This record gives sequence, structure tokens and C-alpha cells, in this order.
Amino acid sequence: MPIAATQNDAVIEVENLVTHYGTRRILNNVDMTVDAGEIMVIMGGSGSGKSTLLRYMLGLHQPTSGNIRLLDQDITQLKPKQLDELRKSMGVSFQGGALFNSLTIGENVCLPLREHTKLDENTIQIMSRMKLSVVNLAGFEDLMPAQLSGGMIKRAALARAIVMDPKLLFFDEPSAGLDPVAAAELDDLILRIRDALNTTIVVVTHDLDSTFRIADRITVLDQGDIIMIGTVEEVRNSDNPRIQSLLNRESREVDIDADAYLRSLTGQE
Amino acid sequence: MLRTLTEKLGKTTVCGVEELGYASSLLAESLYWLIFGHHRNQVVKPPAVFSQMMQIGIHALPIVTILAFTIGMMLAIQGIATLRTFGAESQVVLGIALSVTREFSPLIIGILVAGRSGSALAARIGTMQIAQEIDALRVIGISPVRYLVTPSLIAMLVMLPVLTFYADLVALLGGAVYSGLDLGMSLPAYADRTLEVLEVDDIMQGIWKSLVFAIIITLVSFINGFNVSAGSEGVGKATTRSVVLSITYIIIADMLFTFFLSH
Repeated sequence: MPIAATQNDAVIEVENLVTHYGTRRILNNVDMTVDAGEIMVIMGGSGSGKSTLLRYMLGLHQPTSGNIRLLDQDITQLKPKQLDELRKSMGVSFQGGALFNSLTIGENVCLPLREHTKLDENTIQIMSRMKLSVVNLAGFEDLMPAQLSGGMIKRAALARAIVMDPKLLFFDEPSAGLDPVAAAELDDLILRIRDALNTTIVVVTHDLDSTFRIADRITVLDQGDIIMIGTVEEVRNSDNPRIQSLLNRESREVDIDADAYLRSLTGQE
Repeated sequence: MLRTLTEKLGKTTVCGVEELGYASSLLAESLYWLIFGHHRNQVVKPPAVFSQMMQIGIHALPIVTILAFTIGMMLAIQGIATLRTFGAESQVVLGIALSVTREFSPLIIGILVAGRSGSALAARIGTMQIAQEIDALRVIGISPVRYLVTPSLIAMLVMLPVLTFYADLVALLGGAVYSGLDLGMSLPAYADRTLEVLEVDDIMQGIWKSLVFAIIITLVSFINGFNVSAGSEGVGKATTRSVVLSITYIIIADMLFTFFLSH
């Protein structure tokens, strides 16, 4: 349960979240909150469930049990129409950008405005150009996504994510597939957007450099469990062996449970 | 051995029923958006429908013309050769008119559109699925069904009957041209005779069939596209599967349709 002091400020509250993929349990009783204006980085190795946690926060799946409250609305209970309404105040930047390939960059950025507002064409064009210049892509609106580099695609996707001036902004692996310079530029952009718009930002990543640059707080996930939530300093100084191996890029020690190993070999789960 | 076989059969059956259920709900949902879209502030946009109509219908006209004309001629060649053994060559007009309007036009159009547009839809949706574009639509608050399925469904429901009727005319022309060459029958005489034997019901039978085929192609293509999860290989598989299944369902539906309409 969130503590009383942060309850008023929390804009994202995840309570007792349990999820399954098929019959496999992915998240065990995840509890976390994100405060307004905060940059929360969800960190973990691959298979830790961090991307899954993000997808549930976005309301893409219905959890087995637990609640997810965004801006004081429980998205596990909302009607589709209310969820669509809430999504107007959310922006998402997907791992591969997920720009619509059949639309130009400009049309991609305009799309949320076209679908959700009754603004006239001129205003829509001006607003989308403004957002493109925020991400340093002014003048690229007539290109197709296939003509852009990886870093540009991510920035264009960010422009689309912020075009409705969302209160909540989500990033899935922002630095994946980028060279260190492009990744650092994207980090700066994330910080600038938070400072300018006071947006609450959730970033899922396994990139340590980027995490330490941008995070206010860090949630460390391991095999579906939260093993720590804390500031950058707290996480760095943690003596939890799992966290240390994650920070020092050590390979994981696999604890072998003889019975479970035998069961997995004979195929009897 | 027997156990695995039964198990496999059971699983296939469950999957089949599941997919049928999914297909019905997809059809219901796409009609829902068409009728109640404005209640949810998500209307189906006419430009999206028109661009699909262009791709499915107008761009298919050249190939439809060639196919329909060839089929008309083929039927005339076959019909005249067969009827000559009875000395009843002049009856070829009846044969061509009925088989074209009731069977060949809707079937050829159905198979052509399944191969041409069904595969394109499945590949496009599959690619969007693996590039997370479908998820992106959902988090922007745009229903993928409203944005993608409904426009295609409407375009199919409009264009398949139009193409079928067009194929009727071209195939009859093809039949007339060959009959003219072989039997010396003039074009006006052929047209008169065709109008004499042909009833509105014959043409409508083809049109009704094409409407059913339109629904089959749309649903099969989208379901296979949405189900893609495993990379580019998955897209290829989904495309193949959607074409093969569409054509299979079309032929089965055609047979059932013909059975019930001729009783």
C-alpha cells in the first residue's frame, strides 16, 4: 500500500499486480507508485518482467489480479470509452518507435490531434511542427518513417507521444539500438520535456548509463518481483547481490533447485 | 500415437471454434463502429474507406477485365464443342449466361480479391502488429478495428458486388465474341438472346455470393494479420494462411449457397 504522505502526489499507483502469460506467472504482487513530475526508471535484466509491467500500465492487457491507478482512475475497471478518454493524457514511445509506416512523419505526429480534437487543419499543422522542432526534427515532416535513421525515428515517435501535451509519458527501452551519442541526446530530451512540461515520466530500460542520468527514482525488477525502489544513490549503494550483479554486469548465478530441474527435464511442470 | 492424434484433433477443433468466435466478434465490432462510432467520438473516416475501395476495386479492374473476358471465351469454346454433339450449339447462350452470372463471376472475383487484396491486408496488419503499430493505435486511443477493419470491410462489401457485376458484363462479351466467330452470331442477336434467358435473380445470386465472400476475405485476412507474433516469418505464414483459407472458405460457401438456392 502506498504510504499516506505520497498518496496525494502519486499519479501512477500499482497495487498487488499479478499477471500471467498463458499459464506462466510473469509479475508477482508488484506494488509501486510514481509521483507527479517524477522520472521513474524501471530497471531489470531481460525476462525480469519490466516490459510486461509497462504494457499493463498502458492498459494493453487485463491483469490476473491487482489494480493500476493512473491519474486516480483504475484502468482495470474503466469502461473502454473512459479508458480512451484517459489515454488522451498519456503518451507512449515504443521501443522501435512504432511510427505508422504508411504515413509521413508529419501525419504521424498529427494523427492524435486529428482523431481527438476538432482543431482546424492549420492549427494541427502548426502544433505538429512545434513538437517536431522540440525533438530537433523541424523540416522532416514530409519524409516517410523508412527514410529516417533509428535515432530520428525514436525522436519522431517522441514528438507524436507529446503532441497532446500528456500528463504521463512512457518510454520502452529509449536507448535500445542507438549509438551512445544518440542515446545521450534522447536522455537530454527526456529531461528537457520533464522540466518544460512537468510531465510524469516512466522509463523502462536496461541501460545503466541512461538510468543514472535521468532517474529520480529507480524500481529494480527481478524475475517478476520488485527487489528495490529507491533513488539513484540508494540503488548504487545497495548491498543486494542481485542489484550488484546487475550494476556490475556480472552474469547471473543460477540457483539450481534439484527437484525443479528434474521436473523441467522430464517435461512435467 | 492414438492419444496424440486425438489430442491434436481436439486442439485443432478448439482452435477452430475459437477462431470462429473471434471472427463473429470482429464482424460485430466493425459494424458497431460503423453505426455507433460517433457515440464514442470515433467515426469511420470516409477517406480511409475510399482509399481501400481504390486498392481493392478500381486497381483490380484491368486484371478483372482480362480474367472475365477469357472465362467468357473459354465457356463459349467449351459450350459450343459440347453442345455440337447434340446439334444444339445455339443453346450456348443460355449456358454462358447462367454459369457466368451465378457461378463464375462471383467465384473468380472472390478468388482474385483474396489473392490480391486479402494477402496485402494480412501482410500489412501482420507487419503493423510486429512493429507495435497496433499497440500504438490503442494507446493513442484509436480502436484498431474502427481505424483498420471497418474501412476495409465496407470497401470489400461495396467493391466485390461491383466487380462481380462488371465481370458479368465482360464475360458475356467474351462469350459473344467467340460465339460470333464460331457460329456467326451477331452481337445484337447474342445480346437479345441473353436478355431473354437471363433473369434478375440470376444476377442477384452472384451478387449475394460476392457479399458473403467479401466478409470471408476481410475477416480471414485481419484475423491472420492480428495473430502474427513471430517476426517476418510470421508475416509470411499469415499471408499464405489467409489466402489459402479465404479461397477454401469461398469455395465451400459457394457450394453451400448454390445447393440452397437451387432447392
